[in-house]
Amino acid sequence: MLYNAKYIIPGLVVAVAAFTAPFWLNIGTPSYTYPDVAVPTGEDSKQCVEPKEWMRTQHMTLLNTWRDEAVRFDKRTYVATDGKKWDISLQNTCLGCHANKVDFCDKCHNSNNVQPYCWNCHVAPKGNE
Amino acid sequence: MLELLFKGRPRFYLWMAFLAAIVGLGVIVYIFQLVLGLQVTGMSRDVSWGFYISQFTYFVGVAASAVMLVLPAYFHHYVKFKRVIIFGEFMAVGAVIMCMLFIVVDLGQPQRVLNVLLHPTPNSVMFWDMMVLSGYLILNLLIGWVTLECERHDVTPPKWIKPLVFLSVFWAFSIHTVTAFLYAGLPGRHYWLTAIMAARFLASAFCSGPAILMLLLLVVKKATKFDPGKDAMRTLATIITYAMCINVFFYLLELFTAFYSGIPGHQHPILFLFSGHDGHMAWVNGWMWTAAVFAIASLALLIPPALRHNEALLPWALIMLVIASWIDKGLGLLIGGFTPTPFETVTNYTPSLAEILVGLGIYGIGGLIVSALWKIAIDVKKETGTFELKA
Amino acid sequence: MKKSRRDFLKVAGLSAFALGSAAALNLGSAKAATAEGTYETAPAQLKAKRWAMVIDTRRFTNAADFQKVIDACHHEHNVPDIPGNQNVKWLWKDTFAHTFPDDPHGYMPDRIIHGNFLLLCNHCDNPPCVRVCPTGATFRQEDGIVVMDPHRCIGCRFCMAGCPYGSRSFNFRDPLPFIKDVNTAYPPRTRGVVEKCTFCTERLAKGQLPACVEASDGAILFGDLSDPASTVRKALAENFTIRRKPTLGTGPGVYYII
Repeated sequence: MLYNAKYIIPGLVVAVAAFTAPFWLNIGTPSYTYPDVAVPTGEDSKQCVEPKEWMRTQHMTLLNTWRDEAVRFDKRTYVATDGKKWDISLQNTCLGCHANKVDFCDKCHNSNNVQPYCWNCHVAPKGNE
Repeated sequence: MLELLFKGRPRFYLWMAFLAAIVGLGVIVYIFQLVLGLQVTGMSRDVSWGFYISQFTYFVGVAASAVMLVLPAYFHHYVKFKRVIIFGEFMAVGAVIMCMLFIVVDLGQPQRVLNVLLHPTPNSVMFWDMMVLSGYLILNLLIGWVTLECERHDVTPPKWIKPLVFLSVFWAFSIHTVTAFLYAGLPGRHYWLTAIMAARFLASAFCSGPAILMLLLLVVKKATKFDPGKDAMRTLATIITYAMCINVFFYLLELFTAFYSGIPGHQHPILFLFSGHDGHMAWVNGWMWTAAVFAIASLALLIPPALRHNEALLPWALIMLVIASWIDKGLGLLIGGFTPTPFETVTNYTPSLAEILVGLGIYGIGGLIVSALWKIAIDVKKETGTFELKA
Repeated sequence: MKKSRRDFLKVAGLSAFALGSAAALNLGSAKAATAEGTYETAPAQLKAKRWAMVIDTRRFTNAADFQKVIDACHHEHNVPDIPGNQNVKWLWKDTFAHTFPDDPHGYMPDRIIHGNFLLLCNHCDNPPCVRVCPTGATFRQEDGIVVMDPHRCIGCRFCMAGCPYGSRSFNFRDPLPFIKDVNTAYPPRTRGVVEKCTFCTERLAKGQLPACVEASDGAILFGDLSDPASTVRKALAENFTIRRKPTLGTGPGVYYII
């Protein structure tokens, strides 16, 4: 038998409602669309270090590994799967092509509500704020 | 047993609300510190640790001092302490949590604190300190809670609790030794680079911690009529007296080495603490002299048994002892360690208002925890009929 | 009844643990997905068994000599210029008595007593900062350089208490407003982390000597201490040099020609 049912059952109902609230509250809202980001143009920036789809889902883990390899192991060259070599540098290599941080990085991060703290230190190239 | 917290007299809740208000103020100031950075403190490039770390150090000692009740009770079967052990253990719980909070508020990047566990670094004393403090918290909470629950249900505590109690005795020594090693292994900080640091820490912990415990028990006696027992209190006062004698003796050893050897590096921090620098008095000088006078005065009131057993005098002796040890370890230790700087220059440090308010907030959290746990302990004793002192 | 509830809780607890550890294992495999490419030492990387620096103090005679190298370093690395005692310094100057506090006496040449000396991280053989760091945020590379990983730093400042040379600075506040002309090629730091001289690891990777060495016109030498033919070894063989606080056993890698 259940003691104190008059407290426990309403409590459970409130807890379940709170946990599932995101589902209820989002019924009827438009589904997520990938934001229209500014892809770099120009001769040297046809191809990112790895394929676009992979970068889209894995760039954060790649950047973490880049960070550790460069800062902690002094390995500052990345040999991509296609054999091309890149300087490991968020500031110079990534932002060198993706010069438009606001319309590239921020757009997607904002629509996904993530606030990477990379930008606390790594300053964006001049003239794109 | 937590339900006992919901059955209190109004003045208990008034007291808790008062503490919560202090905590609230501390939290608000801490939010400012989080946003603005540690610029809101009085710390600087030269004096890079201050009030937070010194309070951390002091309360590691308070936490470790629970052993002064546990050891006589379990190793020497001094049964008169059994009645008050729970208060020592629960005070240790509050003190360890305060220590951890003082570390967290001192961090520049507190959200990364788990890096200490994600990237374990056994060569760092800080890593070991985190280990031993967490362990000590779990030990005291577990032992205190389980023994109290058994007392409530009038059953003997489970067998596995005893090895844990013995472990907690050694663990108590380890937490303060490791905390001393934070300081005593740093080259170039003359005031800290001394082999006797851990011993000094333990001596000062074993007088100041039980003194705080006794003072709090006196307050509890006034508020709830819980009588810890005359014999138990007298024995504790004797322990405090011995520990304070050793504490003062160890400090005099430091003075001998520094001044008889004549090595300037060893003398400078002590000279700075007591007389300032180049004829300029530092604010800490008055405090250090107060500590010296209070230490001697407390000993004068504690050493003669006639005075020590005088219940009107004892609280004053204990208050002076706590103030003296707090100034020595909670102010002088850090300021003397950083002054003079590695360049033999003087950078003054004064805790900022923000530091003091955040620190008070943590004192408030410690007060909340100890009040809640002690209330549970007292209520259990009332329930089971062990509240009244048996002749 | 009571017994079975107890058993239920045990099973529930075990299941929660199993689910939790499965999630933790997944975290591990997510990292494996990044092992796409491979990592190499940069092609132009300058290499040494033990990098060391020799400062010819005879060639630092006026304020401009110091300012030139300090500016080169501080601009290159976005070191903020913060007034007051919560400042940040990688490379700076101070008097003989403050730089070498063990043995100042009043009868030395004017050049020494009234002169200034450059101070920076000593990149010790046996660095106390590395010993005390609880996260491995500061560590010693095989080539002798003591590096700082600001991403890892929790800002506990144990390294600042450990360093007997006062070589480390803490970011008490956000440094960006105090950097006049931000060098976008090098990341500034954020509030709450410790920083210091890195012997320009990022320049060595590109085949360049440290910024202060380059700006000094030969007054600061940099090279491999283990190579008898290196510029630093030649300078050490030909001149009388001292190091800061050698009795502490840290083995500083910065030498001063007096």
